[in-house]
Amino acid sequence: MADTHTATPYGLAHHFDDVEQQREAGTLGMWAFLITEIMFFGGLFLAYILYRSTFPDDFAAASAHLDWKLGGTNTGVLICSSLTMAMAVYHSQTGNKKWLIICLLLTMILGAAFLGIKAYEYHDKYVSHLIPGFDFHWTGHGSPKHVEMFYYLYFVMTGIHALHMIIGLGIMTVITVMARRGRFTPEYYAPIEISGLYWHFVDIVWIFLFPLLYLLGAHIHH
Amino acid sequence: MAAHIVGKKTYFGIFGALMVLTAVTVWVANFDLGRWNAVAALTIAVVKGTLVVLYFMHVRYSSRLTWVFVSSGLIWLIVLIALTLGDYMTRGWVKIAQ
Amino acid sequence: MESEVQNKAPRTHYINARYGLKSWLFTIDHKRIALLYLASITFFFFLGGLFAVLIRLELLTPKGDLVQAETYNRFFTMHGVVMVFFFLIPAIPATLGNFLIPLMIGARDLAFPRLNLLSWYIYVVGAVFTLIAIVGGGVDTGWTFYTPYSTTYSNGNVLLTGIGIFITGFSSILTGLNFIVTIHTMRAPGLSWFRLPLFVWSHYATSLIMVLGTPVIAITILLLAFERIAHVGIFDPKLGGDPVLFQHLFWFYSHPAVYIMVLPAMGVISELVANMTRKNIFGYKFVALASIAIAIFGFLVWGHHMFVSTQSVYAGMIFSILSYAVAIPSAVKTFNWTATLYKGSISYNTPMLYAFGFIGFFIIGGMTGLFLAALGLDIHVHDTYFVVAHFHYIMVGGTIMGYLGGLHYWWPKISGRMYPEGWARFAALVIFVGFNLTFFPQFLLGYQGMPRRYYAYPDEFQVLNVMSSAGASILGVGYLIPMVYLFWSMRYGPKAGSNPWGAFGLEWRTSSPPPTENFKVTPVVTWEAYEFSPVEETEVIDISTP
Repeated sequence: MADTHTATPYGLAHHFDDVEQQREAGTLGMWAFLITEIMFFGGLFLAYILYRSTFPDDFAAASAHLDWKLGGTNTGVLICSSLTMAMAVYHSQTGNKKWLIICLLLTMILGAAFLGIKAYEYHDKYVSHLIPGFDFHWTGHGSPKHVEMFYYLYFVMTGIHALHMIIGLGIMTVITVMARRGRFTPEYYAPIEISGLYWHFVDIVWIFLFPLLYLLGAHIHH
Repeated sequence: MAAHIVGKKTYFGIFGALMVLTAVTVWVANFDLGRWNAVAALTIAVVKGTLVVLYFMHVRYSSRLTWVFVSSGLIWLIVLIALTLGDYMTRGWVKIAQ
Repeated sequence: MESEVQNKAPRTHYINARYGLKSWLFTIDHKRIALLYLASITFFFFLGGLFAVLIRLELLTPKGDLVQAETYNRFFTMHGVVMVFFFLIPAIPATLGNFLIPLMIGARDLAFPRLNLLSWYIYVVGAVFTLIAIVGGGVDTGWTFYTPYSTTYSNGNVLLTGIGIFITGFSSILTGLNFIVTIHTMRAPGLSWFRLPLFVWSHYATSLIMVLGTPVIAITILLLAFERIAHVGIFDPKLGGDPVLFQHLFWFYSHPAVYIMVLPAMGVISELVANMTRKNIFGYKFVALASIAIAIFGFLVWGHHMFVSTQSVYAGMIFSILSYAVAIPSAVKTFNWTATLYKGSISYNTPMLYAFGFIGFFIIGGMTGLFLAALGLDIHVHDTYFVVAHFHYIMVGGTIMGYLGGLHYWWPKISGRMYPEGWARFAALVIFVGFNLTFFPQFLLGYQGMPRRYYAYPDEFQVLNVMSSAGASILGVGYLIPMVYLFWSMRYGPKAGSNPWGAFGLEWRTSSPPPTENFKVTPVVTWEAYEFSPVEETEVIDISTP
């Protein structure tokens, strides 16, 4: 500890005593960051809960217009990507480089698929004149103003979620390149684990967004 | 202390549970249960989220400190929502003469 | 010990380890980053002070004769925005906290040194946005950005300022995150939680607020920005939205933000009181846990800013009661500092003068806070100068006393030089007098009914306003004096030894200024917090020079 010139373990930064301390700090740091994310999305969820309970029928009518099949597919896609991400951590722990890279690539492909479907949905909303403040026309049931409020929340919530997905894809790219260069060992895999925490968190946000946005009007025939 | 390695079987089991629960939440939403629709949807979402946190994010095998971190985030979220909604829910209690 | 240091050949420390602008702009040394912050916040302190000068000049006379009402609105808004977000919130944590936390816990750096540098850059980027907004005409919404004025009607640079605050928020989040992880994982062997200096405890509590609260203001400002751009949104009554929701979200962060400002100052005061009386803080554990309690209770009281909004009266009652609860841990701290003085060997040097100032200001600010937490009284004095005086006593009287007291106390550690004690005491006195003369009349003005944020007022308020403006000019001079002599002392001050105060704590067991790696050997802590003993007075071991 005193002499930093004795053999430093692989991947250890200068100010940590050992790899375990470094890993603990990294994981804890990511959890602290995820708490800030909970509060960040929390403000949006609060607004959603408030206005949904104020205008339940209008929100249900607006929600019925969203395609729950696409939303449901995206939920499945994200859960699959969470599985591949978890498997990537597993393969890094067991030192299986080939499968580690395959899992990371699969995670990225699934993440991209999610964004593709999301983009398609956004385009559909654009065509149906459902973009609040831009070109909003509502002819269905419910007060157009409250429906516009629903779509405003829909776009802000899913938009910020999609932004997190894009950042996640960026992180995954870096991790995959590092994995290809053989930077990880069964002793040093903290970056994969920490990125995984972020990825799973973004998945959890969607797990809540899906029923709240897509399903609350599913019982209404349209 | 090396980290706990969660086995493949666990991961696939959790994955299966998450997919089934997604199907259940879609299925339940097709019935008009009034306010219980929201309760059912949120309960299932909470269960799914908990599974991801505990197993995919390894909290079940993590230190007490991680548990404290995770729960403090949730508690603060509840504080934000509960105290704000507490205002909105009690606004109608006093009838002000027009 | 002092001579021991002086006899050595020029020693390498964190300041002379490397030279050149690049070595500062790309440093990951927490001590250098602290100095980067020190320079930036000092700039913003004087910028915010400039707006205060303009405000007090306008209020010298009852008529609005210096500037237009619209211009005055911009002055007080820019004063608030700059002072709150760019000075007060980072003031102590980003400078003294950054510098001292690793030293106090015997670590070589914070847990994430690069993140620490990044958070300074984020601060600078946010600051640049805000500066552009100021140069481009400023904002007139008040620092609170209440909707729907800010979203719909204001013609100021709301967006640019909002983006600036949004970005700077992430600097605060990353600093808090870094502190939390550092305090959890990087403590030296033997340094258990209840052996930590109270400065570290209060910074831990502050970091909790930064991490849990700041994201909410971030999303709120984002929603405000969307709404301003898209002309629809959740705060807009046209869509059935409620503008008061903005106030809920805003104060969920901005009330605890007051504790982001004052908790670190409380940490400084605890250090000063213990070391300048050479006693352990009376009820150390209570003071430590009171910090955490303040952080937690601080989150439950935001509705007391909204007593006269459409908030329900029942929510108001709950918030009022909870606000009273914050007084308990605050009083615990105040009483325990005072009790520590009893039979202590008190040194009446500059840091201690600031500590006394803090305690006095905090008592006045805190007690008037209780007036305002009372539902009925708040209706009377809401949005008057009473409120302005109250929060200046806490935020300026409290935070700046702590900041200056801490800066003087740790100046020998930071710079390796002593400041001129005579001038420093004089400046402390000037600040104390100037501050009281500025803000005490405002309590009277507010109680008599003078509302805040007006550029003109009835003639009968002039005497008190002239007093306040006179006090402000004394206060301004008081702030300039330390600026001058601290700069002077960096070159000409007498050299300081490792521990010029005979103080306790790991930061005094390394040389002044400390080497880049803080300690040559990782210290092993075998003593309790503030365990002063006669032996300790004479033999503080300097473990940095083996």
